[in-house]
Amino acid sequence: MRDTLSQLKRRLAALEPAAPRPAAGRIALGCPALDTALGGGLLRGRLHEIFAASPAEASTAAGFIAALSSRAADGRHCFWVRQGFAETEAGALHAPGLAALGLDPDALILVRARDGLGVLRAALEALRCPALGAVIIEPWGEPKALDFTASRRLALAAARSGVTCFLLRLNARLRPSAAATRWRAAAAPSRPLSVNTSGAVNTYGAANTSGAANAPGAACFDIALLRQRAGMAGTSWRLEWDHALRVFNEAPPLSGAVAALPAGRPAADILPLARTG
Amino acid sequence: MPLVFVEKVKGALRLSALDRRAQALGLAPGLTLADARARIPGIHALEMDRAADARFLARLSDRCERYTPLVALDPPDGLILDITGCAHLFGGEARLRDDLLDRLGRGGIAARAGIAGTPEAARGLARFGAAAVLVPGREAGAVASLPVAALGIDAETTLVLRRAGLKTIGDLAGVPRAALAARFGADLVARLARIRGEADSRISPRRPPPDLVAERNFAEPISQIEDVLGVLDGLAGQLAPLLEKRGEGGRRFEVIFFRGDGKVTRLELQTARPLRAPETLMRLFNERLEAAAEPLDPGDGFDLIRLAVLASEPFIAAQADLERGVREEEEVAALIDRLGARLGAAAVQCFVPVDTHIPERASREVAAAAFSGNGGTWPRPCPEAAPPRPIHLFDPPQAIEALAEVPDGPPLKFRWRRMLHEVARAEGPERIAPEWWHRNDDGALRDYYRIEDAAGRRFWVFREGLYGEAAPPPRWFLHGVFA
Repeated sequence: MRDTLSQLKRRLAALEPAAPRPAAGRIALGCPALDTALGGGLLRGRLHEIFAASPAEASTAAGFIAALSSRAADGRHCFWVRQGFAETEAGALHAPGLAALGLDPDALILVRARDGLGVLRAALEALRCPALGAVIIEPWGEPKALDFTASRRLALAAARSGVTCFLLRLNARLRPSAAATRWRAAAAPSRPLSVNTSGAVNTYGAANTSGAANAPGAACFDIALLRQRAGMAGTSWRLEWDHALRVFNEAPPLSGAVAALPAGRPAADILPLARTG
Repeated sequence: MPLVFVEKVKGALRLSALDRRAQALGLAPGLTLADARARIPGIHALEMDRAADARFLARLSDRCERYTPLVALDPPDGLILDITGCAHLFGGEARLRDDLLDRLGRGGIAARAGIAGTPEAARGLARFGAAAVLVPGREAGAVASLPVAALGIDAETTLVLRRAGLKTIGDLAGVPRAALAARFGADLVARLARIRGEADSRISPRRPPPDLVAERNFAEPISQIEDVLGVLDGLAGQLAPLLEKRGEGGRRFEVIFFRGDGKVTRLELQTARPLRAPETLMRLFNERLEAAAEPLDPGDGFDLIRLAVLASEPFIAAQADLERGVREEEEVAALIDRLGARLGAAAVQCFVPVDTHIPERASREVAAAAFSGNGGTWPRPCPEAAPPRPIHLFDPPQAIEALAEVPDGPPLKFRWRRMLHEVARAEGPERIAPEWWHRNDDGALRDYYRIEDAAGRRFWVFREGLYGEAAPPPRWFLHGVFA
């Protein structure tokens, strides 16, 4: 009996995620409120799941992930594994745009797979390579292959190699998964470029000639932390991504007629999913 | 029933190929089908399919690669093999020829083969002569009796030569070369010299010759996949020291499986870095075999397996104590190879910047395994301005219905994918003109606007053409989406 018990204990212990590698730590995102909520930053070598708030916000969620990856990668290679259909729906990844956002295209490898299963298998293979900075997985919708077991497999591979894994969920519902954190990204109105800077000529030499004070500014996101393993959840922030310094800032409240902060992105919508631990 | 193949020539159906029975009945190519039917009522006529013939010839040339990697096509119905230095592997030239004819015969193909010191002499002997095996240096005598058509010249020249009484190569050889060149051009003289073995020439093989080759022949065909992998491992082991001696590693490999019944299967592999370790190579081949659309079918077994290095590059040997960066590069390259072997090299891509203003061409995606070195630089993130380019781009751009306040201003609202977007902020225009210096660029002038809708979604739209110009009125497109 005792034997059986200790055996069982051993087996259970083996199932626990491997101890993170020494280099593993947290990826500080630059915004104090956010980093505090995360206990110092996003955990390296974990699976993080980011949902697009609506199918029309695929680029918002992808941009949020690109920003996170540029912080996670730290000069190492990123692998972006896309399902073929995601490209048709959301558009092809445009390297100059990613570069402008702070993610180095020279260190980015794009992997295309036909279906959800292919995406997961390729991603799992990539996650086993400890030399990578981040792996981004972009299936479309809810592939049958992407169940709890599959997400657990991804999480284990990430923990073993220490590579941070971002799972981009487009057109998908919330389902149980083994992700360490789970987010929802929605578009947020940007801070208009102020008159003196928007007169500046951008890298392509395009002068801002019309509506000088009302040009769209740096990328802004409404981010909700839906779930965090062993941590608080259910909070949301409006973040602005500083693509030059590669840090998130909490966006200052907007003046004027622009939509207000979604203080209550309906809390009822979030709380039932915010079980932790 | 005699079988003939017909083709439309100058408006009439004429015979272009016939089977033996039809030949025995006195029919010949060039005859109209109506005449042939009048003579022999019971013939069966099929339409000639040149493309299918060409495909069949290419398949045959694949099969013949078991003798030499240098096989050239001699359309429509010939192959030329450069067997320099290969014949001894098959017990001499005559044996090689017998083996070749025997294999073709088993496949139901009647063929003639000649061996000589120059491709032209061999071709002439096979097509017009005694199909013999010539000792080098004896070409001039052996081809003397061949008709002038054996030179491979057009029908018109042949006719003129025949009218001049020059019916054979021997006749032609008696005429002063200068006179021949003056009347028929230098080409004829060069052909004459080559068919007589006076000048050497090279064939241009259908596939470029590989850098290095290792192969194994089996008296008894093998069909177990484990045996096949074992053989491959051995071949990779043979190549490794050869590559090492050259200080190189392979970037492209090919395995060719020759089946006893003539079927040839090719498997190509591209790697992101020069490679020569047999273990790594075998792992990649395993992946490749597993991922192949149709599994390797050994049939009655393979009797020849060849491993070729198609392209190689200087090999920088990694040292154990190299810094982190180099080792990580190696690991990433190995990962690219593994994924490429499974999904196809084209599915694993990297981005290369292109110096152009046209957005859809500013970045090129190339197979990561094939790419080496740096293509250029990307625009740096600009601290004062918002990102000028979207992260997602639609190619081709998607048409939208847009409503603009002033003719050359940004849109006020637009409809994309059945959703109406109210524009809250806009910047522009950024005018991008077509690159008229590229021949295929027939696009119109584009005015791009960065816009943000009321919900905070940022888009990149453009107006094609200008208002007030000639019809049609300008159209609006959505080209990309920002983060």
